[in-house]
Amino acid sequence: MVSDDDELIRKRQRERARVTALLLGAFVVLMFFITIAKTGVNW
Amino acid sequence: MPTLELTKPAALPADWRDFLALTKPRVMYLVVFTGLCGLLAAPTLPPLVLGLTAILCIALGAGACGALNQWYEVDVDAKMRRTAKRPLPGGRMDPQSALHFGVGLAAFSVLLMGLATNWLAALLLMASILFYVFIYTVWLKPRTAQNIVIGGAAGAFPPLIGWVAATGSVAALPLLLFAIIFLWTPPHFWALSLFVRSDYAAAGIPMLPVVAGIESTRRHIFIYTLPMAAAAVAPWPLGLTGAVYGVCAAVLSFVFLVLAARVAASRTADPAKMDAEKHLFAFSVFYLFALFAVLVADRFLAW
Repeated sequence: MVSDDDELIRKRQRERARVTALLLGAFVVLMFFITIAKTGVNW
Repeated sequence: MPTLELTKPAALPADWRDFLALTKPRVMYLVVFTGLCGLLAAPTLPPLVLGLTAILCIALGAGACGALNQWYEVDVDAKMRRTAKRPLPGGRMDPQSALHFGVGLAAFSVLLMGLATNWLAALLLMASILFYVFIYTVWLKPRTAQNIVIGGAAGAFPPLIGWVAATGSVAALPLLLFAIIFLWTPPHFWALSLFVRSDYAAAGIPMLPVVAGIESTRRHIFIYTLPMAAAAVAPWPLGLTGAVYGVCAAVLSFVFLVLAARVAASRTADPAKMDAEKHLFAFSVFYLFALFAVLVADRFLAW
């Protein structure tokens, strides 16, 4: 049995986990392009 | 499938939107824009991704300042109508989360700036964050009516950081851009503080209208507008920009002076009737945007 409060806590945790995952993914992509730019590789 | 039952009540975690609100995104646009213009006005442009990263770092640094400011001023924010519903005074986030978020964001922005562009830009970004948090928020703001005059330096860093991120060195033009925002800040904030004076008084913040009175603040606005206008036009006669910037800066500064003179001549004490002050405040935001946009346009027209 999960109360309304617990449901809200889980919902918040899920949303925060999703946003964190998105930001981490964006950071990885950004670091990739920064590395390419810093090493001077021309595409 | 087993159902997990929580055996003890957990604290309600803050909504991610409240973390976003903690960074004051609505006041960040001016910081980002001036930083971008400082970068674009530089004689050499970095690769696109590095330029965008530099602007991202400036935005993250500004967000960290907003978060740390709200963490430190939670009691003050709770007393002002304008700020009482923010995440911390509204009780939607615990202070420790805000502190960790602010410090983490500040450290991340400085490190990323150093890795992506250069360490001088990172050092300036760190200096601007430390200045805003310790010199302005902690030291000056609650103690002196000159808080905005000296504290304005914190908001003046972005174009300098943008320039240094692009070139790796400091030059005369970005220092003048720093001076323009530094001198623009007092008239801008004093115009606002005139018509929200009761809020600042209730919170015990010694803004100039609260400490020195309305008439004195109006005179200060006009007096401080004079060096601001001089600094805004200065890059042209010094040969740092072209005539496009010079003429536009002169016209914009003249309008600013006229509006500041109207404020100085105004006699009303009723915030609802302070049209001159509201016009000056609104124009001051447009002024800074227009001035920096014209600076970049002038630079690209010269190429």
